[in-house]
Amino acid sequence: MRRAKSWGPPLLLLAPSVLLIAVFVYGLIAVNAGTSFTDNHSAAQANGVAPISFVGVQNYLDLLASPDFQHSLKNLVLYTAVFLVGTLITGFVWAWLLERPIRGEGIFRSIYLFPMAVSFVASGVVWRWLLNSNQGEAASGLNRLFQIVGLDVLQNPWWNNITWGIAAIALPAVWQLSGYVMALFLAGFRGIPDELREAGRMDGASEWQVYRYVIFPQLTPVLLSALIIIGHMSLKAFDLIMSISRPSNYQTKVPAVDMYVFKSSYDFASSAAVGAILLIIVALLIVPYLIHSSRKDGR
Amino acid sequence: MRRITAMAVASAAVLALAACGSGNSGGGGGGGGGGGESTDVEVFTWWAAGSELTGLEALESVFAEQHPDFTFVNGAVAGGAGSAAKDLLQTRLQAGDPPDTFQAHAGAELQDYIDAAQIEDVSDLYDEFGLTDAFPQDLIDLLTVDGAIYSVPSNIHRSNVVWANPEVLEAAALDPAAPPADIDAWIEDLQTVQDSGVATPLSVAAPWTQVHLLETVLMADLGAEAYVGLWDGSTDWSGAEVTGALEHFETLIGFTNTDRDGLDWPDATQMVMDGTAAYNVMGDWAVAAFEEAEIERGTGFVEFPVPGTDGTFGFLADSFTLPVGAPNPEGATAWLETVGSLEGQVAFNQAKGSIPARTDADPADFSEYQQSAIESYANDTILPSLAHGAAAPIAVLNAITDAVSKYTAGGSDLATLQSELAAAAGS
Repeated sequence: MRRAKSWGPPLLLLAPSVLLIAVFVYGLIAVNAGTSFTDNHSAAQANGVAPISFVGVQNYLDLLASPDFQHSLKNLVLYTAVFLVGTLITGFVWAWLLERPIRGEGIFRSIYLFPMAVSFVASGVVWRWLLNSNQGEAASGLNRLFQIVGLDVLQNPWWNNITWGIAAIALPAVWQLSGYVMALFLAGFRGIPDELREAGRMDGASEWQVYRYVIFPQLTPVLLSALIIIGHMSLKAFDLIMSISRPSNYQTKVPAVDMYVFKSSYDFASSAAVGAILLIIVALLIVPYLIHSSRKDGR
Repeated sequence: MRRITAMAVASAAVLALAACGSGNSGGGGGGGGGGGESTDVEVFTWWAAGSELTGLEALESVFAEQHPDFTFVNGAVAGGAGSAAKDLLQTRLQAGDPPDTFQAHAGAELQDYIDAAQIEDVSDLYDEFGLTDAFPQDLIDLLTVDGAIYSVPSNIHRSNVVWANPEVLEAAALDPAAPPADIDAWIEDLQTVQDSGVATPLSVAAPWTQVHLLETVLMADLGAEAYVGLWDGSTDWSGAEVTGALEHFETLIGFTNTDRDGLDWPDATQMVMDGTAAYNVMGDWAVAAFEEAEIERGTGFVEFPVPGTDGTFGFLADSFTLPVGAPNPEGATAWLETVGSLEGQVAFNQAKGSIPARTDADPADFSEYQQSAIESYANDTILPSLAHGAAAPIAVLNAITDAVSKYTAGGSDLATLQSELAAAAGS
């Protein structure tokens, strides 16, 4: 009786969101997984006119064996690597520069944060022009800029390079999200009491040692959050790629784009399989973090 | 410090919301078609801007005249050259919420809707409205699937057209009035143009325009019969003829602009207008772009069939359907009658720049270019266009586009391209 009293109200309050999440998140993940195990590859099957049968993990095997999908996965890894390293380094350096009290800090903070307010689609349209792949006489955008300042050697085909092209699309993403990472790190820096630094200096630590042994360890949770937030955004990358490139451009394919193309070809099973693979990749990133943080809370 | 944390958290929340927002932005257009006894006729198209919108408005006013009891409801969805509309349509049809009638490319692209039992056979309406005699037999044959016709075409475009800048050609000592006879001769001319100092003899854009170029090369090298055979299985994709065409395609791509994948077709056509490119292969909707820029036909631009395809008419058509479970089938039928009628076709095509599917329209009502297209349409062999859904279903087209993009981006060689094309067409 008493137990019901203490459990009842919270359960009642939680019930609506638990129910909604159960249906619209986990329920739909289950439906998606179910679709990915079928041979639902045509318009007739998608609309229930032709029979659908269970094929097990065949779609996954086909996808993983296809050189085109491997190319997409490779692009995804490259994009994520450049995006993560780029935002973390730029964001950290900005935060470090702004950490000491300087005049006009608020202005700089806003300037660095502003790009984040622009939607990926809007900035993608501008970056498509900036990243024009023409060189020499017909050049425009950044390649033209390089010519004007005499750095002709820096001209390159940007996202039209078949191997490294996707890294060029990570540039605008880095530009947009670095300010956000800066804000995270800045919060981390400000969270470290001055007493700790002073104590370190009193003990004869050099400025580098203060950073190495006092500041950096306390920034680890911030780094982890930034890693998770940027990492999962990167794995879902779609809108920026769609607005700079095009879904059918081979050089900038990633799994999310494949999922879209499969869906528009009425190949729902393959589309669902790509979705499931993406979910698994994101889970590989997020689940260890969740376990880590719940352990810490438990302590 | 608190404030910065709060700012970071708030911005994360905003990002999350924005992500959700973009996910369901396609949902707004639904529910336009009225319920039970409504007189509303929801016409679903991707004609939302430019000459297409003017055309739709012209058609709407003819509809209002012919069928005053019905109210036209514009269900146009903008974006992505129709891809946004097709995505939304796919969702609505699947959810059992079809518009009263929707636009679709005539031909094989309808196959998915037919397989999914989402559109009705309208052959009876052809007899009722007298369309069987008004449309040329070639077209009727291409529209017929297993003895049934599923849509009424509103307009015809020609795909196998080269647009050229006469000044650039003259500067290279070529005669704009004497187009090359076949692809080999054209390649020689392209080389001449390149030698005269033009960096981009031939302009193309995004992968679909590359597929468009490839389809015209296939038409030129294979000839009408073998080209049609590619789509009914009687021509072997792995054969030597196709290899020859792909080699031509390779050479042609070598003459094109390096920033092609980032451009859309108007950018490529613009290069011909500006004189930075000599030739561009594009459907005859490009004529509207030249007219808009007030460039004169003959002096500012010349057009001719893709070399080697003279005597054939690469066709694509927009058409209207009768969806299964349309809320207002009578209204939709009335719309189809207007679409097929002589007044409707003349009004629409005068505005859009395409030509009527009917052969009984008076050519004098149309522009100079349209008159030449009407003449070819009446006399040439009509071939279905691949890039615009007349020749193959959407899944085949997507697979072919992927293979072509992979090849032009440098991800595969000619042999791989050919085997991937064969696999795509076989699926």
